[in-house]
Amino acid sequence: MKRDNLRIIWPAVPVLLALVVITILLFVVGADPITTYSAFWTGSFATAERTFSTLAFWVPLLLCATGLLVTFTAGLWNIGVEGQMIMGAVGASWVALKVANALPNIPGLVIIPLELIIAFLAGALWAGLAAILKTRGGVHEIFGGVALNSLAIIATNYLISGPWQPPEGGTFRGTQPFPAHTLLPLHGDTLFSPLSLVLALLVLLVVMLTLKGTFWGLKLKALGKNLSSAFMMGISSEREAIIAMMLCGGLAGLAGAVRVLSWFDSLRQSISGGIGFLAILIVLLSGMRPLFTLVIALLFSALLTGGSIVQLRTQLHSSISGIIQGLLVLFMLLFGDYRKVIRKRRVVKPAPGGDA
Amino acid sequence: MRVELQEIRKIFGDVRANDGIDLTFEPGKIYGLLGENGAGKSTLMKILSGYQPPTSGQILLDGQPISFSAPDDALNAGIGMLYQSPLDFPPLQVIENHLLAYDNRLILKLEDGSEELKAYARRFGFEIDPERYVDTLTLGERQQMELLRLLALGAELLILDEPTTGISAEQKEVLFSTMRRLAHDENKTIVLVSHKLEEVQELCDQVAVLRQGKLIGTQDIPCPTSILVRMMFGEEIPRSEQPAFEEGPVVLQINDACIHTYRLAVEHIEFEVHEGEVIGFAGLEGSGQGLLLRACAGLIPLRSGEILLDGKPVKGKRSPVFWLPYLAYAVFIVRLIWLLVELILGRIRGVQLAGGIVVALLLSGAIWLVGTIIESWTSVAPYHEFYAQGGAFVPAGRLDEGLVAGLSLTEHMILAAPEHSFMVNWNAAREEIQKRINQVNVVGRPESDVAELSGGNQQRAMIALLNAPLRLIMLEHPTRGLDVTSANHIWGLFQQRRREGTAFMFISADLDELLERSDRIAVFSGGRLIQIVRASDTSVEELGYMIGGEQV
Repeated sequence: MKRDNLRIIWPAVPVLLALVVITILLFVVGADPITTYSAFWTGSFATAERTFSTLAFWVPLLLCATGLLVTFTAGLWNIGVEGQMIMGAVGASWVALKVANALPNIPGLVIIPLELIIAFLAGALWAGLAAILKTRGGVHEIFGGVALNSLAIIATNYLISGPWQPPEGGTFRGTQPFPAHTLLPLHGDTLFSPLSLVLALLVLLVVMLTLKGTFWGLKLKALGKNLSSAFMMGISSEREAIIAMMLCGGLAGLAGAVRVLSWFDSLRQSISGGIGFLAILIVLLSGMRPLFTLVIALLFSALLTGGSIVQLRTQLHSSISGIIQGLLVLFMLLFGDYRKVIRKRRVVKPAPGGDA
Repeated sequence: MRVELQEIRKIFGDVRANDGIDLTFEPGKIYGLLGENGAGKSTLMKILSGYQPPTSGQILLDGQPISFSAPDDALNAGIGMLYQSPLDFPPLQVIENHLLAYDNRLILKLEDGSEELKAYARRFGFEIDPERYVDTLTLGERQQMELLRLLALGAELLILDEPTTGISAEQKEVLFSTMRRLAHDENKTIVLVSHKLEEVQELCDQVAVLRQGKLIGTQDIPCPTSILVRMMFGEEIPRSEQPAFEEGPVVLQINDACIHTYRLAVEHIEFEVHEGEVIGFAGLEGSGQGLLLRACAGLIPLRSGEILLDGKPVKGKRSPVFWLPYLAYAVFIVRLIWLLVELILGRIRGVQLAGGIVVALLLSGAIWLVGTIIESWTSVAPYHEFYAQGGAFVPAGRLDEGLVAGLSLTEHMILAAPEHSFMVNWNAAREEIQKRINQVNVVGRPESDVAELSGGNQQRAMIALLNAPLRLIMLEHPTRGLDVTSANHIWGLFQQRRREGTAFMFISADLDELLERSDRIAVFSGGRLIQIVRASDTSVEELGYMIGGEQV
């Protein structure tokens, strides 16, 4: 078989392997695989309502994944994407709660873009902090990101239970619902906002073109593959790293805004729902190819959305979605790169202590 | 224990690092292994110590063939190697580090181990405190610790790879007398890998000289140094005529430059490089020439002194808004004082003060963050200024620092080009790199990934990526891995640039190349600039002496 064909067909191999293992697993726990798989289908795409639900979950996932395409290209592990998303949600909530309250006459046409812009900025600054910690403080972005994630969660909890608590008294659940004109226009009775999908797809397209066709995209690629060589070729690693992080943070912030302005209607305790971490997995699995990212993100949101119907039909706990997801990830990581599978494994010894 | 190496061959890609080497090490003698950088000394010793297997050939211990799959095997067989950089655990105590080598079962025998370590230390004339932490020891003490470990594990043949680099004179004396005692009283075999002629003369009974992977011969010590020099660097060959060089304006001026690293101090360097001039840096690897070259490109900071490129120091640009982060501190302090004043005047209470401080922290933190981001966007690294002023640096590590593995030649061309548009013009870049590929004879296509090129072609690719015109080109080992014809071709291209006024500074381990290609040669030894000589007035032999640290 020609190498190119192999490369295109290969991704099916780990998916099929995972399906085989999942089927065996379902037999073992006594569930009928056919019923389970059809329940997944019913739960995610069979009716218009379920489809929109899947799409509504897909949009923020896609936004985060798009941002991560940028940072992964630059060789940065932006684990802080979760916190950046939360800060974006906080920014959007601030506009929806405080600005809309102070200036009640501003129409939605102005307030919604303002929310998105503030969300973008908030996410970008939060990411910028992680970037500065890395370039100036020598704190690896993974550790900085984890710390900032916790801080973002603490900040939300403080706001919900303190200054932004609903008038009837503070709970840990959330703020009061935002005024209707500050929310993203939804499709019918669903939680899906078509506007947000258009935005997400547009952003993905722009990022795709940027990474492929612009000088900046090429610089990021070089930076991600070899920092020292890139520096020697005149690329300022610090500047590009900060910009890449901030762009990713901004997009994660938009995802946060989409969560509070369509999926929820207020700032909640757990607005992220693990979407940031899931997006990291998706980008890793897609091998940083934007179109794969798009598809895998859709698959994962279908799996998660379908989980509840599976529970109803088969009495399996809805965490089955997570198990299936985990197995898919495991098999893709194990067998996803055909070159690694085919190539003879060599034992690599550590480099010598010194060279004369 | 008698160790024989038979027909040892080690081939990396198309490089013959060791090419059929036969050597015998008898017990009770000290051997020297001499050779230039890249002559194959380290490769041979790594094979003997079990670090890597030979491509072909065998090792005999007391007549029995043996093969090692790991350094552990070799050590069990009695062969121990002391590496140039210590292989120890800096956060541990000496005794812990020592005991790591043993199978301790469950409980560490710290007390017994300490006694044993002290006994060994006394026996070999070392002073070592088992309680100390490894990272507080000097390099020489760490070396002693490592030696004791090897001896305690029963090493009969000790390989010392450049053991005197970075240790003090007294430590060297102690080391040498211990080595003599081990060989002459305890009948052990010592192999000293070195390129310092005087050390070999001082310590060894016999030397073996390697050149380009081959054993040139063995020689009993003492002998005249000139014999060793000739064996190491080869016979003098007639050179092509040096193109005349007329002294033009100064391109690079080095004023009293000092560079300090934890290993080496380069002190008080002072010279000038003129337009169209080629200056070669000679010296053993790690003698300071590499540091100086990198400092000239702004890649390492100077401790003192200055380096001027076309009269301007290579210092980088501070951001015009460098004060922005400081503004954040000022805002915080002013706000804090104001709050305190209000507290004293009784206008606010303690709780409000605490709240006010938190708000002030958040506010100034936000200013600091934005300020630092803008500042880092607008400042320029020293090397990037050097680069923008028409300097170029071609490093020795092709895929480490020179090229980006995974990117194509075209992509490299786009990155290296002097001008960039927002959207990449792929066609123009492809045409340009194709032109340069033809000019420099790179075997590869514009879309080839540089990692797939052979070493020599990567070298040519780096040279193809140099823009024109440039003021100054710095090269580390510009023709390493190239055959004579390609080297000539590349230097021919450089000659053309010289006529256009480009100055060159290059490091090479090949003395013939230095003599043939340079106008002047700066010779370094142990961090000192020994002398700058006209290439036409010197010889391989003279350079060999100067590299060994002797003034001519």
